[in-house]
Amino acid sequence: MDMNTEIITQFKSFLREDQVLTEKEDLSVYAYDGTAILHQLPGCVLMPENTEEVGRIMAVAHEHRIPVVTRGSGSGLSGGSVPSQDCVVLCLVRMNRIVEVDVKNLTLTAECGALTQQIADAAEGEGLFYPPDPGSIKISTIGGNVANNSGGLRGLKYGVTRDYVMALKVVMADGRLLETGTKCVKDVAGFALKDLFVGSEGSLGIITEMTLKLIPKPATKKTMLGLFDRMTDAAETISQIIQHKIIPCTLEFLDKVTIECVEGYAKIGLPLDCEAVTLMEVDGHPAQVEEQAAEIEKIALENGAREVRVAASAEEGLQLASARRTAFSALARMAPTVMLEDVTVPRSELAKMVSEIQAIGERHRVKVGTFGHMGDGNLHPTFLTNELEKEELGRVEEAMAEVFAYAIELGGTITGEHGVGLAKKAFLPGQLGEVGMGVMRQMKRSFDPHGILNPGKVFD
Amino acid sequence: MNRDAVGTANLLKGLDYSVVQQCMHCGMCLPACPTYTATLRERSSPRGRIAMMRAIADDQLEVSRTFAEEMYFCLGCLACTTACPAGVDYTTLFESARAEIERRGVLDTPKRNAVRGLIVNWLFMSKKRLRRLGRMMRLYQVSGLQWLVRNAGLRYLMPKSLRDLEPLTPAVQKRSTAQLFQRELRQRNPENPKYRVGFLSGCIQDLSYSDVNADTIYVLQENGCEVVVPEKQECCGSLHAHNGEVESARALARINIDAFAPEELDAIVANAGGCGSHMRHYDHLLGGDPEYPERAKVWSDKVRDIHEFLVEIGFRAPQKNGRTRKVTYHESCHLNHGQKVSQAPRQVLQAIPGLELVELKEADWCCGSAGIYNITQPEMAMKLLDRKMNNIRATGAELVGSGNTGCNIQLKAGSHRCGVPIEVEHPVSLLATAYRAEREQ
Repeated sequence: MDMNTEIITQFKSFLREDQVLTEKEDLSVYAYDGTAILHQLPGCVLMPENTEEVGRIMAVAHEHRIPVVTRGSGSGLSGGSVPSQDCVVLCLVRMNRIVEVDVKNLTLTAECGALTQQIADAAEGEGLFYPPDPGSIKISTIGGNVANNSGGLRGLKYGVTRDYVMALKVVMADGRLLETGTKCVKDVAGFALKDLFVGSEGSLGIITEMTLKLIPKPATKKTMLGLFDRMTDAAETISQIIQHKIIPCTLEFLDKVTIECVEGYAKIGLPLDCEAVTLMEVDGHPAQVEEQAAEIEKIALENGAREVRVAASAEEGLQLASARRTAFSALARMAPTVMLEDVTVPRSELAKMVSEIQAIGERHRVKVGTFGHMGDGNLHPTFLTNELEKEELGRVEEAMAEVFAYAIELGGTITGEHGVGLAKKAFLPGQLGEVGMGVMRQMKRSFDPHGILNPGKVFD
Repeated sequence: MNRDAVGTANLLKGLDYSVVQQCMHCGMCLPACPTYTATLRERSSPRGRIAMMRAIADDQLEVSRTFAEEMYFCLGCLACTTACPAGVDYTTLFESARAEIERRGVLDTPKRNAVRGLIVNWLFMSKKRLRRLGRMMRLYQVSGLQWLVRNAGLRYLMPKSLRDLEPLTPAVQKRSTAQLFQRELRQRNPENPKYRVGFLSGCIQDLSYSDVNADTIYVLQENGCEVVVPEKQECCGSLHAHNGEVESARALARINIDAFAPEELDAIVANAGGCGSHMRHYDHLLGGDPEYPERAKVWSDKVRDIHEFLVEIGFRAPQKNGRTRKVTYHESCHLNHGQKVSQAPRQVLQAIPGLELVELKEADWCCGSAGIYNITQPEMAMKLLDRKMNNIRATGAELVGSGNTGCNIQLKAGSHRCGVPIEVEHPVSLLATAYRAEREQ
């Protein structure tokens, strides 16, 4: 509300009253995203409804050097869309149209505020498939997915958001509109600018529209649940499946703490006396699916699985996968503050990373639940704490720093799919080194000379 | 709700902080929330509303008019509680917020205070008064005056706000539940009952759907239950609790516990989703009461929705084959989200010979009735009703089953408003009809 009234008047000259939010109540509800603890009131919130309005907003912001923090549904987990002081929050949820599904070229074009689920449904309506499925698929916006290069449960077989971005419309820091990429499978005209924006976390430009690649929908799929008495057996099973050259579409695992929480919410009959459960899904041609499912079952049993349950129907399979997607939020049943990380390691190092997370938790006397995408090496160690207990919070932060350091040591990364944002900014130089950081800074300066786009995120 | 907190600074502060903290703002509730989906504005989402409550508890925000308006824009449909993986107790948050708003008088105007005082704290505190009003309404309806209002253009003499509400006036039944019970139903109670069941006849339900109440009693008796309909029972108090009048709600809860004597019953059955949902919370509501906590606990443990109870006791499927008719099912929010009773009503419908159940798209989406929401927030309520009626139309069903007074009135109004020729029935009435048909054979 301290935002300059003259600036607000300028915004109101081309936006309606209900697109310019300045009441304290409104500001207070855009002060956070899905990340624990981080909180900052913005100066105002703008809700543009088309690319042109975004362009005009950026021209004003550029002229007056006003910081702009872009946001979709605010489900991010690294603080990437938490406001900075006196910033404009650019909330893009009203730009939510699916522009077209092009069945001749197998592409889908949508505005940035369309929900990922909407994209998946629109593709499915034409018998097509948009594979990236972040845990928050029901609520995350596609713009947020592209800006964070989101992953999901199917990364192992189908890759991540980047693998599906063909073209983008991007409003630059000064308000100019950049169109980059085409519907062509092959396109080497100039630098691949679109690739720079994927995962740029709102710090290089505002992505307002995207054309995405679709693929044919797999004919069938089969979902299985492996029950294990030892976490290491589960990890070994996953390694063996990959070594047998089977690429399932999903290879997830949940540890005991996570199983309890998910079952507490979803009530789908997950076993509560296991140390680990693996969720395994294969898809494709029916004959191949049968064959692979049988082989996976055999591998799991040989590696110490107590039991392998096969979902009786597609609905049951969907139920299991949906329940898995709630893991992060369900963990909030255990503690008031839930800090979810997403360290990722080469798959060969999984067992080491998993046991080290447990050891670190014990050393620092903090509670950690772990689940994640074992098939692609992407783990979600989740620290359960209470932000009001400062001493414990300190121990959690030390433990997290050790988890990051060990992941880097194993040749992994501090973030597999959530992005750096605010939460992991301090650890980025440790992974990228001086040259890496230097090149990023140069890039940032050339795209955003005044540093108004999501300032203070990713790096300072 | 902490009763001692009423006298202290702030009801939201009086809450255990962990209730507020339970929300980890993941956003999973957003697509389930009708008001967020309509506005795409964060403050009209469960996550946003909870964030404001937390800011108030932290002294970073005032209990302002904007906050108050937002809390009354919330339907209280509780869809967010089903969507929430973290198990946030939104019911308590919502009721505390509204109670705090009323305690501070943030929305007070002479007109609003008069209407609330008259309706919430006087009329709905006594079924006797309600019955008297009901008799007047029935006179209006059967005398031909309503016909004149609706068909002869007289409605245009009414102020617009009344004119829009007129179609929602439910038809008042000739006899109350108590009268029907005394006249014909009491003697049908089985000699050696398997269960002894107390029945809540409700307030509006008693005026406009005493026939559904009679059906409910009939169905219970058909399944070996002795039904008790205490004469001294009052409205369940959900209207009061949801509208920030917690003390009135507590008074009604105490009256009902005394009237029913839950210790001597196997179950206390309600056939309106909204009532059942609230009655389950009597333990919570009277937790700080000097006398009632134990009795309230017994009460809450025994409250059942009629469909849930029928399934629990293994109700008998009727034999007679009727004409094949397509039926669909609309989920009352407080039956589904509030009481988590979702499959049982479908099981009842499926057990009735001749009925073919077709699923309704967005069956669990609020119809806009939401207690008195259709009166306080007509614009949003009508948007939701239109959406519901379009989905109902698409099923091609002749009948829609629904287990809540407010929904049934709203859907009936919707069928006129949107021109969807559909009969609105309580599933229990359909079951009763099927049982009666057996006897006629």
